[in-house]
Amino acid sequence: MATLEIRDLHVSVEGENGPKEILKGVDLTVKQGETHAIMGPNGSGKSTLAYSVAGHPKYTVTGGSVTLDGEDLLDMAVDERARAGLFLAMQYPVEVPGVTVSNFLRTSATAVRGEAPKLRTWVKEVKEAMARLSMDPAFAERNVNEGFSGGEKKRHEILQLELLKPKIAILDETDSGLDVDALRIVSEGVNRVRDSGEVGTLLITHYTRILRYIKPDHVHVFAGGRIVESGGAELADKLEEEGYAAYVKGGTPQ
Amino acid sequence: MSEAKIPAGSTAAGTIAVAAESTVATRMSAPPSFDVADFPVPHGREEEWRFTPLERLKGLHDGSATADGSMKVEVDAPEGVTVESVGRDDARLGKAGTPVDRVAAQAYSAFEKATVISVPKEAVLAEPLRIRLQGEGGTTYGHTVFDIGAFAEVAIVIDHTGDAVRAANVDFLIGDGAKVTFVSVQDWADTAVHCSQHNALIGRDASFKSVVVTFGGDAVRIHPRVNYAGPGGEAELYGLYFTDAGQHQEHRLFVDHEAPNCRSHVTYKGALQGQDAHAVWIGDVLIQKTAEGTDTYELNRNLVLTDGARVDSVPNLEIETGEIVGAGHASATGRFDDEQLFYLMARGIPADEARRLVVRGFFAELVQEIGIDDIEERLIARIETELGAAAA
Repeated sequence: MATLEIRDLHVSVEGENGPKEILKGVDLTVKQGETHAIMGPNGSGKSTLAYSVAGHPKYTVTGGSVTLDGEDLLDMAVDERARAGLFLAMQYPVEVPGVTVSNFLRTSATAVRGEAPKLRTWVKEVKEAMARLSMDPAFAERNVNEGFSGGEKKRHEILQLELLKPKIAILDETDSGLDVDALRIVSEGVNRVRDSGEVGTLLITHYTRILRYIKPDHVHVFAGGRIVESGGAELADKLEEEGYAAYVKGGTPQ
Repeated sequence: MSEAKIPAGSTAAGTIAVAAESTVATRMSAPPSFDVADFPVPHGREEEWRFTPLERLKGLHDGSATADGSMKVEVDAPEGVTVESVGRDDARLGKAGTPVDRVAAQAYSAFEKATVISVPKEAVLAEPLRIRLQGEGGTTYGHTVFDIGAFAEVAIVIDHTGDAVRAANVDFLIGDGAKVTFVSVQDWADTAVHCSQHNALIGRDASFKSVVVTFGGDAVRIHPRVNYAGPGGEAELYGLYFTDAGQHQEHRLFVDHEAPNCRSHVTYKGALQGQDAHAVWIGDVLIQKTAEGTDTYELNRNLVLTDGARVDSVPNLEIETGEIVGAGHASATGRFDDEQLFYLMARGIPADEARRLVVRGFFAELVQEIGIDDIEERLIARIETELGAAAA
């Protein structure tokens, strides 16, 4: 069973006055089939956790370890991590000029699966996945994220999640900027992948709204660069009631 | 109508002017002329020279470049095509257009013999007419006229390789209803300097497709220019350039809509990589008062692959009549940056393949426009080589 293990992870970024530590010892284990929600106030470092696990060059790991099934992820390049089974749905996916969605999806699936998907079954697979996410087929011929609305970008991220079938999926604020309809469609996509039982999901969010659609097994409160409280789904209800005030001193995350 | 996404170190100060009199002409420091003496030696601050590194033109602009070089010329002329070497008194010379800057006038004033290549009327050539110019060092001047008869259909390829300091004018006299595809490949050695003015005079209901492909050279400056001899003419001007570290590649287009009901469509795309790679694109379109029913659109896109490269992209559209079908332009310069690389790699795609994916996709639609298989294949291979050089 696939397991993502994060142990005492310390991460810093280069700031104006030298390196600044953002993650201050994160411990977390996500197993295949489980869904963990990480919730926290703005600036608590929860997105940094997502991007440093995926290997974004902006972040420097200064201590700790991240393994996927015992393999050291931190030792791998970004593309190797993806091929090892890690997926990050991004909050602000970038435009890639000149590359169509269909070309991008096929290149990506070829890289992750280790061989080019058979053309006939692939076309059908993509078409069906797009239909499930209520995406217009013409979408496939547009350039990646170019001129996409916020909702289209998120659907495109979840489309990739469905096609690439990772072992561990990190969803970074996938709910942000979505109206209720789009949130429902995107959540259903995530739930289809979860229902396979083959993916461990790490759902990073500021709001509890998405948790009405995607039920977490575990909820963690993230503040000041580490997990400060963990519990079951009921912890989300408490956050809904009380907000993050209890976890930040003097209104700023510590 | 216009869009822009410009990184630091680039310009795209395009204009759309509605004017009673053309400013395209007045922006030039001297009127067009066949005589080099009519042009003052440029100092670099003139509108038409401000982007060009004059010191790298090896004297083409100031009269100091004497014709001391040699150029190996091979012509593959399909049956029915006539190739003549003529003196400067031949009436067909200079009919398609007049030199617009000092270098083009220098070329006109300095060539010894011109080449006139004629395609008879109604001839449909199954194979492209190919001219290979291989520079063997030193300065050469040239003048070539393609005289295409009415309703003829022909594809012409001029392939530039080797080392040269070259200034030339290439004229196209396109008969009524003829269809001409012209591909000019600048695949020079890294040291070459090349300035060329392409003049197309498009006959009634004729069409001219030009594909300018620039990869090589130290400094390359091309002027593709179009005039219409009658109504119903169509011009499609495509360009593709890959500008590497230290290279200067400049494409200055001008479409003069004087005749009514003509169409022009311009698409130039360039990729840049490396320190001091510099691409310049100027797209001037003039719709004269007489040119009712004009339909024109011009587009320039640039993809900056690394830091240190610079793009200057200036579309200008000047409209003297409102009775037109459409007129527009767009210029956009995008960067292939760390965030795009991260995004593609986060989907399992290795770094070098990610770069290739982006550049191939960027050029794909243009490469398909060429319609000559071996040129398309060579282009794709050349793009791969350029990308390989970047990765190394």
